[in-house]
Amino acid sequence: MSLSTKDKTLVKSFFTKIAPKAEDIGNEALSRTLFVYPQTKTYFSHWKDLSPGSAPIRKHGLTVMTGYMDAVEKIDDLLAGLLELSELHAFTLRVDPANFKIITHNVLVVMAMYYPDDFTPEVHVAVDKFLSKVNLALSEKYR
Amino acid sequence: MVEWTDAERAAIQDIFSNLDYEDIGPKALRRCLIVYPWCQRYFGGFGNLYNAEAILSNPMVAAHGIVVLHGLDRAMKNMDNIKNTYAELSVLHSEKLHVDPDNFRLLADCLSVVIAGKMGTAFTPEIQAAWQKFLAVVVNALGRQYH
Repeated sequence: MSLSTKDKTLVKSFFTKIAPKAEDIGNEALSRTLFVYPQTKTYFSHWKDLSPGSAPIRKHGLTVMTGYMDAVEKIDDLLAGLLELSELHAFTLRVDPANFKIITHNVLVVMAMYYPDDFTPEVHVAVDKFLSKVNLALSEKYR
Repeated sequence: MVEWTDAERAAIQDIFSNLDYEDIGPKALRRCLIVYPWCQRYFGGFGNLYNAEAILSNPMVAAHGIVVLHGLDRAMKNMDNIKNTYAELSVLHSEKLHVDPDNFRLLADCLSVVIAGKMGTAFTPEIQAAWQKFLAVVVNALGRQYH
C-alpha cells in the first residue's frame, strides 16, 4: 500500500494546516490512547499523572506530533528517515508495535474532531496510509 | 455478560438520541468504502464505486448507510443482551453475505471518526471509551455465529 503523489500532497497540506494545533492534537490523542486503551498506561508508569490532559501527557503528545511532522518531511523515504526512531522504539522503549495502531486510531479521531470539514474521506485515507507506513518504519528494527 | 456503568449507558443513549441517521449513516459507510477500498467487494451491485467522488454521490451507498446505522438500534435497546440480539444478523452476515468479520471493525472505526467529527470536543475521552466499548460488543456479536 504505497503513497501516491496525490496521497503525499494531501498529507503535506493537511499536516501544514494542523501544525499550529500540534500540541493540542497530540495531547488529545495521547490522552485518549491512555484512557480508552488502559493497557497502554503500562509504558508510562514513571509518570506521576496519567489522567487526560495532564502535564506529562501534554508534553509527550507534542513530542509524538513533532515526530509525525518530521516524518512528513521524510515522506519519500520513511524507512531511512525513521531509522533512529525505530532503533529507539525497538531497543530502548521496547513498545509492542501493536500499540502504534492504537495511537494512529486516536490521532485520526482527534483530527476528525478538530477539522471536521477538512478531514474528508480522501484526506483520511491518505493520512491513514501515511501513518501506517510510519508505523511500519518504526517497527523496522524490532527483529 | 457485558457490564455497563450508568455513565456508559447514558453516553450511548445520548449519542443515539442526537443521531441524524440520514446524515451519519451515509457518511460512515462512504468513509469506510473510501478509506478501506477492499470493503467494496461486498457491494458489487451498487453501481459506480470507482473513485471517491462516485462513492460520495452514490445513492445506493447512502441508502444502505442508513440501513446499517438503524441496525445498531437493536443493540442500543438491548444493551444487556447484544450477543443474542444479533445472533440472526450474525448468521446472515456469515452464511448469506459472506462478510469477513474484520470489516465490522473497520466500519466501526469509521463510525467513530464520523461521530467525532460531528461532536467535536464534546466527544470526550470518557464518551469515546463508552462508544468504542459499545461498538466492540456489537462487532463481537456480529462475528459470533461464524464457523
